[in-house]
Amino acid sequence: MNEELLHPLEGFLREWMMPHIWCEGCGNGIILNCFAKALSELNLDPNKVVVVSGIGCIGRISGYTNTDSYHTTHGRAIAFAIGAKLAKPELKVVVISGDGDLFAIGGNHFIHAARRNIDIPVICANNFNYGMTGGQYAPTTPLDAWTTTTPYGNIEHPFNLVHLAAASGAVYVARWTTLHVRRLTESIKKALQKEGFSFIEVISPCPELYGRYNQMRTSLDMMSWFKEASEVQHHFDPAKAEITRSKIVLGEFVDIEKPSYGRLLREKIAQIQGKMRGGE
Amino acid sequence: MTPENRAALTGKHFMNGDFASAEGAIAAGCGFFAGYPITPATEIAERMARRLPEVGGVYIQMEDELGSMAAVIGASYAGVKSMTATSGPGFSLMQENIGLAAMTETPCVIVDIMRGGPSTGQPTMAGQQDVMQAKWGSHGDYEIIALAPSSVQEMFDLTIEAFNLSEIYRVPVMVLADEIVGHMSERLVIPAPEAINVVNRKRPQASPEEYFPFKPDENLVPPMACFGEGYRFYATGLTHDERGRPRTSSAEAQQKLVQRLCDKIRQNTEKIVKIKETMLEDAEVVVIAYGISSRSALSAVRKARERGIKAGLLRLVTLWPFPDNHISEVATRVRAIVVPEMNCGQLVREVERAAKETPVTFLPKLGGEPHRPMEILKAIRRVHS
Repeated sequence: MNEELLHPLEGFLREWMMPHIWCEGCGNGIILNCFAKALSELNLDPNKVVVVSGIGCIGRISGYTNTDSYHTTHGRAIAFAIGAKLAKPELKVVVISGDGDLFAIGGNHFIHAARRNIDIPVICANNFNYGMTGGQYAPTTPLDAWTTTTPYGNIEHPFNLVHLAAASGAVYVARWTTLHVRRLTESIKKALQKEGFSFIEVISPCPELYGRYNQMRTSLDMMSWFKEASEVQHHFDPAKAEITRSKIVLGEFVDIEKPSYGRLLREKIAQIQGKMRGGE
Repeated sequence: MTPENRAALTGKHFMNGDFASAEGAIAAGCGFFAGYPITPATEIAERMARRLPEVGGVYIQMEDELGSMAAVIGASYAGVKSMTATSGPGFSLMQENIGLAAMTETPCVIVDIMRGGPSTGQPTMAGQQDVMQAKWGSHGDYEIIALAPSSVQEMFDLTIEAFNLSEIYRVPVMVLADEIVGHMSERLVIPAPEAINVVNRKRPQASPEEYFPFKPDENLVPPMACFGEGYRFYATGLTHDERGRPRTSSAEAQQKLVQRLCDKIRQNTEKIVKIKETMLEDAEVVVIAYGISSRSALSAVRKARERGIKAGLLRLVTLWPFPDNHISEVATRVRAIVVPEMNCGQLVREVERAAKETPVTFLPKLGGEPHRPMEILKAIRRVHS
């Protein structure tokens, strides 16, 4: 094989799973690329990384990363990841999933994992709808937006994911779009190294379903929206960072230090076992 | 005491069934428990929360039973024996990921201390109403193994057995106890560690490049690699081939995978099943029972013998896979079968199916109290006359 034809992230991608299932113009490939790049740049041993995903388009990402990986039931990626991480703390366990998976059916697991400050980075591809099932409204769909199940316009208020994550106790919270590949990659690297629960929201285009119903027929239309509406403002108050058609605040909203669940657990076990040995 | 010798609390104890199950789990090498408090299984969680850190294990109280079962699967895939414990309402929530555990062939143990249902029902009262749910609770076709302890000693012994079977067959194994067995206190003897038979999952012989995570050996069970060992495998709840690749539109892949998930248990039924028979050799009437009901049944059978009726007891230690052949064979030797159950008729349907021509009398009991021996004795006398 001509070596020059190799993908630059060859080794981090599971070749035998290709071609992927994602539509033309989808942002998931960019997220996969940024994630693989982050692993590569950090020189992480892929044998010690576990990628866990839930159900939905981005849920297939665990199949495409050349690490140990597991594709759970709908909404349970974080809960599964907690089991794997606590059982083998030396592993880097990462959750990559969608907005519907993580915040509708899996919302309870998200807020509690953040509250516990479990050592797991969670990357959420937010495409504002349920793409896999054909474009129904999600907990992130903007008010008044059209989807196949809001044929008269959405009357539900969406979650502001970065605010939810911050309020639930995440120690690192960032938001980027698939347009901001370098900053997203840097953010993923940071999340992978952070002690505790980190969360990255990636606004991702779904021209095929979300864009189609909302006057953004092509990926370029959606990316243009991201470009025009984006404002990078680090340390912005996440409570005021609602996504609107005219404004998407990006950046790092939270970056704090707090003892993680894993650290407290290991300390507790050492203390208990120390007492037992000392009591002999 | 050191952490190293706290795994098996060798010696004689007076303990409740829930605690005994927790001790059995730790003796079997369980290092991870994820659960959600629920009566009458909470004592298992409490015991595990106290005991697991002593042996370096992890207890985590999850936000619900959906997450508990998912975390149990995650821990098992990371190579640590894992379990949860619950009762009816929580068991219902766990069915989602019990299906995932079956599909991704995950060794794990679920202890269900059965109470009265449906819905919230009778939290503090015993029932045997989850027997069919244990077998059929998640959607799709799959097989599980379910064991039914009838004493505190068996809560210990069968929890170990559950772990061993889950490791051998890569399948979720359920310990289906009832509130009475869970809450009553009896004598428990914990053997020396070297006398406890602990089985671990079969490891891959193939290199990471050649390893297919769902390629079975002759006994239909694939060897299992775990996270972090360099195999870099992929597992999914989607229909998949032996390599783990999703094959969602392939009739052939679905047929091959799902049939094997069923066959790996069905074809090993004789090896898995445990039955205890009492006074069955010359019996004309046999009582088939399990769990706490089997203790009332034993008393009834003895009383019947005192009255000159040739009665016997067949106690099902294994409920699933159901021992069809054995029940069919016993049915040909007896005049009548009596089945007491603390439900409206669940396992009796399996008995009727296997018994073929032999008449089966069902004794339902609802409300949380076990059958009185006299109720079963009356039925024995009625079918014998």
